[in-house]
Amino acid sequence: MSTAVTRRTVLKTTLTTGAVAGAALVIGFEVPQAKGSLEKPVVNPLTAWIKIDQNGAVTLVYSKSEMGQGVSTSLPMILAEELCVDWKDVRVEHAPVERAFGSQGTGGSGSVTTMWMPLRTAGAAARQMLIAAAAQQWGVTPEVCVAKSGAVWHNSEKLLYGELIERASQLPVPDLQSVQLKKPEEFQLIGKSVPRTDIPAKTDGSAIFGLDVRVPGMVYAVVARCPVFGGKVKAFDATKAKAIKGVRDVFEIPGVAKGVHSCGGVVVVADTTYIAMQARKQLQIDWDYGSAATESSETLRKQFRTLVDSNMKVILDQGDADHVISSAESDKKIECDYELPFQAHATMEPMNCTVHIASDGAEAWAPSQSPDMVQGIIGQLTGLPADKIRVHTTFMGGAFGRRYQADFPTEATQIAQRVGKPVQLVWSREDDMTHDFYRPASYHRLSGAVDGEGNIVAWRHKQASTSIAEWFNPHEAPESSELGCTTQMPYLVKSYKLEYLPAASAVPRAWWRSVEASVIGFVMESFMDELAHAAGADPYEFRIQKLGEVRLVKDAVDARGRPLDTARFKGVLQLAAEKSGWGKPLPKGEGRGIAAHYSFHSYVANVAEVAVENGHVRVKRVISAVDIGTPVNPDGIRAQVEGAIVYGLTAALKSQITIQNGQAMQNNFNKFSTLSMRETPRIEVYIVPSSIAPTGIGEPGLPPTAPAVMNAIFAATGKRIRRLPLQPTDLA
Amino acid sequence: MAISFEVNGQKKSVDVDPQTPLLWVLRDTLNITGTKYGCGIAACGACTVHIDGQPSRSCVFSVASVAGKKITTIEGLSADRSHPVQQAWIEEQAPQCGYCQSGQIMTAVAFLKRNAKPTAAEVDEAMSNNICRCGTAQRIRAAVLKAADLMHGAKASGNSAGGEL
Repeated sequence: MSTAVTRRTVLKTTLTTGAVAGAALVIGFEVPQAKGSLEKPVVNPLTAWIKIDQNGAVTLVYSKSEMGQGVSTSLPMILAEELCVDWKDVRVEHAPVERAFGSQGTGGSGSVTTMWMPLRTAGAAARQMLIAAAAQQWGVTPEVCVAKSGAVWHNSEKLLYGELIERASQLPVPDLQSVQLKKPEEFQLIGKSVPRTDIPAKTDGSAIFGLDVRVPGMVYAVVARCPVFGGKVKAFDATKAKAIKGVRDVFEIPGVAKGVHSCGGVVVVADTTYIAMQARKQLQIDWDYGSAATESSETLRKQFRTLVDSNMKVILDQGDADHVISSAESDKKIECDYELPFQAHATMEPMNCTVHIASDGAEAWAPSQSPDMVQGIIGQLTGLPADKIRVHTTFMGGAFGRRYQADFPTEATQIAQRVGKPVQLVWSREDDMTHDFYRPASYHRLSGAVDGEGNIVAWRHKQASTSIAEWFNPHEAPESSELGCTTQMPYLVKSYKLEYLPAASAVPRAWWRSVEASVIGFVMESFMDELAHAAGADPYEFRIQKLGEVRLVKDAVDARGRPLDTARFKGVLQLAAEKSGWGKPLPKGEGRGIAAHYSFHSYVANVAEVAVENGHVRVKRVISAVDIGTPVNPDGIRAQVEGAIVYGLTAALKSQITIQNGQAMQNNFNKFSTLSMRETPRIEVYIVPSSIAPTGIGEPGLPPTAPAVMNAIFAATGKRIRRLPLQPTDLA
Repeated sequence: MAISFEVNGQKKSVDVDPQTPLLWVLRDTLNITGTKYGCGIAACGACTVHIDGQPSRSCVFSVASVAGKKITTIEGLSADRSHPVQQAWIEEQAPQCGYCQSGQIMTAVAFLKRNAKPTAAEVDEAMSNNICRCGTAQRIRAAVLKAADLMHGAKASGNSAGGEL
């Protein structure tokens, strides 16, 4: 993420975290924030993060949403390491939404990255308090005591943590800046694969997802939303719907614009989900479709082309790319357009949220990537203070960025305010797919040239897209959410020019797994392959050469961006190449492609092997090498990379959202097809050993996936795929 | 009029619209929520249960159509996660978000009853109509093969995931 608008900063500008202030601020509501409320509280780790009962049972608390990415294991592992308890003795639980736990927003591949030091210091402080308690009891100095396996030892004497907890938790919390952390070589747990804590409950039906919440007296609700983006209810007749047995109420809720972007619509409340869905079909609604009703994928494509044909906003202009390209010899010059469509998140569990609002307090059960925001929304809409709003974060059936949005909790709260009972808002699959916040569509004109020695003498990238930043805040620079690693060019390029303009679109868009890196990774690494081909070079060797000497590449636009380390970039390329047997001959009709990308401060290189037969592509194998600093739970890391690759393959080969008459044309899995098991390649993941601070891995496996596959298709067939997803006719 | 059937060995009787899909009767009327709603059109497999032993997508079977029949849901596989398919799922660390996994497991259990010693390609065919957005297919494939081994008391075959630290 290059510039001002990362996922986090957008959320900061649109939603000031509510748990902290006592009420979330959603722009548009504009409620002032309590003064001084952002001060960090002193948190006693032995009452917040760590619970030890007198029998020694250890419960570790995790504060990020578990959506399958494994934070309910990896985060407690970090605590357990510094606390010095045996993993077999650990139980875990999700944090309540309370100030002590800080922001619970879960995204940007940031959970381990951001919690690494806070959890280590919390664990180490707790250990220090337990040691101090033991030393007091023995009348010795703490320096002669050591903590090990849930006990404090002095020579051959030991006191179990359970025996110490009462005294220890009363002691002053040590200064977190100066607590003694373990050295990496002392780690007993971090770096070893442990089974995930959440998996057993996911094999017997006992894991409670948002839709599984059952509260006494609860009812169910669905909302009829305008099929056209931005449309509104003009009038409705609920007579037929209300006549159905089990229907309790039908009413309209308004859409909430800024920050939330909920549609509003006609709500049906009923005794069961099915009755609510059936009754919704009987509503007669006169819609005001609004101005978006003429938008289509084709009109957007025309707009994109007009934009890249025009003079665009110059973001970067290093050297003299325009001139070098216009004067380059035609056989050393490439000019081509890349296109990517809207993509739906299509989480397996559609959006939902259960809320109960009583006069003296509220309770919510939210499958949300931002449960503190849910608390804030409820506070905002009801006027209740944060300490009267209990939010339970449930398991969630996939998230991929979608569950960071405020629309579904806002709707659920609006409905609960009227219903006065616990109410579960359920989105049908069709609701979910046609009212998503989609991965932006984009169009890219790439021009470049190599010289006789194979140097990249020019690279020009003109990009148009439906900007996320602009969607959330029209005052934000629209390109700030769209450029990704283009502002951190890892390769040696003599003249480099970057231009951008946003396209006008009513289609909601936001963060989809790996966000703009899913786009930029494809474009940069496909074009790099094209340049290698123009230079007559091996695509792997060409990349290694162009990385040049070890250096740190700063973000050319955002000075706060973390520099890209070309040594680590090169490292993952080399490891992926080695493990894939790069250069070994393949049978006719098969090809190997490579791509690497830097996103979320992590480095990933993928090699794909494909077979193309009768115009049909089969991805046989994907080899991935990742450098994310210290690996906390290696098998969890592998699972995330496997998942990101499959998600990326679906977007490269199968799925897209197209627009007609201002509506999404795909509304269920029969039209939005995903990679099946028989199409899933063998995936091998290799982790670069490291002892530096860890970075994220939920997303970075995705960006190098599509380009590796398309580069492999080129190697197999000589056909360059520049428009995703691959169409059946592309290789015919 | 009440409709009666059996769920996980227990007699159930419900008084609902007979056209209500079994899925919603399980989830909303009987509060048996392990069976998941994913698509409502039998396209994703998250709602797979066994009806008289046959793997079936409960989102498109009306409750009237299962009157007098025996339903098994994920909750009915074992009392303690001891079913070999559940064991294999845990050993291979197959689930991520876990939402599709009830349907995946119920599909796999029924498949292994038909084909006790499948090849990897046969597993692919059997499991390819269950959607997982987290991308766990590789691990599910390994888990089905491992479950087949466990059911035969054979030594389980290797780890699913390629690569190494």
